[in-house]
Amino acid sequence: MIILNNNPYKADFPVFRHYPDLVYLDNAATTQKPIQVMRSVEKYYSEENANPLRGLYELSIKATDAYENAREAVRKFIGAKSTKEIIFTRNATESLNLIAYSFGKAFIREGDEILVGVSEHHSNLLPWQNLARETGSVLKFLECDRQGAYSPEDLKAALTPNTRLFAIAQVSNVFGRFNPIREFAEICHRNGTRIVCDGAQSVPHAPVDVEDLDVDFLAFSGHKLYAPMGIGVLYGREELLEQMPPFLSGGEMIAYVTRENATYADLPHKFEAGTVNAGGAAGLRAAIGYIESIGFENIVQREKELTALAFHEMKRIEHVSIIGSENSEDHNGIITFTVDGVHPHDIAAVFDADGIAVRAGHHCAQPLHQHIGVQSTARMSLAFYNEEKDIERFIDTLKTVRRRMGYGG
Amino acid sequence: MGDNIYNEVLIDHNLHPMHLHDLSCATCSNDGLNPTCGDSLSLHLNIENGVIKDGSFTGVGCAISQASTDIMLDLIIGRSTEDALHLKELFSKMINGDISQEEIDELEEAGALQNISKMPARVKCALLGWDTLEKLLKEEGAK
Ligand SMILES: Cc1ncc(COP(=O)(O)O)c(C=O)c1O
Repeated sequence: MIILNNNPYKADFPVFRHYPDLVYLDNAATTQKPIQVMRSVEKYYSEENANPLRGLYELSIKATDAYENAREAVRKFIGAKSTKEIIFTRNATESLNLIAYSFGKAFIREGDEILVGVSEHHSNLLPWQNLARETGSVLKFLECDRQGAYSPEDLKAALTPNTRLFAIAQVSNVFGRFNPIREFAEICHRNGTRIVCDGAQSVPHAPVDVEDLDVDFLAFSGHKLYAPMGIGVLYGREELLEQMPPFLSGGEMIAYVTRENATYADLPHKFEAGTVNAGGAAGLRAAIGYIESIGFENIVQREKELTALAFHEMKRIEHVSIIGSENSEDHNGIITFTVDGVHPHDIAAVFDADGIAVRAGHHCAQPLHQHIGVQSTARMSLAFYNEEKDIERFIDTLKTVRRRMGYGG
Repeated sequence: MGDNIYNEVLIDHNLHPMHLHDLSCATCSNDGLNPTCGDSLSLHLNIENGVIKDGSFTGVGCAISQASTDIMLDLIIGRSTEDALHLKELFSKMINGDISQEEIDELEEAGALQNISKMPARVKCALLGWDTLEKLLKEEGAK
């Protein structure tokens, strides 16, 4: 057991200097940013800023280097073969939309099937709904059980010769549970089906290796990974990206343009139209460096211990129900819950009154909430910079919620 | 921040709403949806000769939307639709933090929700029932 108080990393996050009493437990929505990331963005704009990939002068080359070095850092971080497979986007949502649009244009026809997990975030659902509507393909759902688990047998049974693609999160933002992506990828590939993995909640909290998982696509957001908002990543297998048409068009994604026609730039720039977010990419590179300096082993252990602490205390509180697995090991820093008789928005307001940030609502997963039969839920989600005393304050407030909402006892 | 919004009036209307039930004599109904949380409620009214004779609501929501709607029904039952629309205007003014003490007095118990004006995230909750009322009365008036 590591010492969870006097967390040495908390001092890296200036937000806690501004709000010393803040208990921030909404890390699945977005994480706070360490000073190292902020400094790297400042350095980019102070010392390296020009329009990248365009200019022929020294500063523009510096900007290009900052941007492309960030791409290389991401490539290494997720174990991709080539930087051609790393496309910068704004966030996971844009990455998923890019796949739906471009993969859809290249590979999805009327009568094809697209399979999606029922627990998916709206960002990994709506693009597929739209694609199905536009192409006349069929959207099907893979159901999970009440513990949030998907079974490989169910996946096998759901795949047909027409299933072109299966979209699933590695970690659900409601259950916090890891799905067996490698096994799913193998099942999909045996069927000739491509697999899209939403890594928004997994990449920040565990080592993720695309070659090892053998996924065709992986999407994630920088801002949930201690990086600035507005920078996200799409990993795609090179041979698929080569066959897919551009998503957006305009400057910086072309090789040659005539009045009527254009030839597109090579990967990955084909998918990065317009002036890119080089400052954000520099911040993402610094965030990756920061994570690597702490080490995932350390991060995972801290997050697991804090999760276990919160989970076991929560289980002991009457009228509190945890959504998903009975086992704290399956929660990976995300605990979604309800309090009998109290609407989740009111739960969040009571926490807010005590200076504790938690999320309430349907967490952009309405079909899942319909599936498990609750309208909405509250969610606490932690990161390695949280401390034991954050969990204690969370638990202390949780114990008072019903009383403060007018229930006796 | 915000704890004092859960005052006795609000908590009481949330735990013991008088008007949370079906209304067999309803002459009109309308649904309201709060897209940020997915909460929805239905408002049912019995209107005769421009007077709201009875009313109720159904649906689930947070304490603020439930209590606000219940208090609203207390206030508007027995009044003319014109009066009800006037009260809605006052309530919106109060929630936007721009209201005189006299006007608050007109709102009677609904004045207990005044502090919502300091919680932008919950304004939609407080207005859910009222907005549904306005929509319903305007549609009825247009008929
Ligand atoms: C599982 C999952 N997928 C996708 C997203 C969308 O991320 P973003 O809003 O950064 O595009 C989120 C974030 O809420 C998420 O939790």
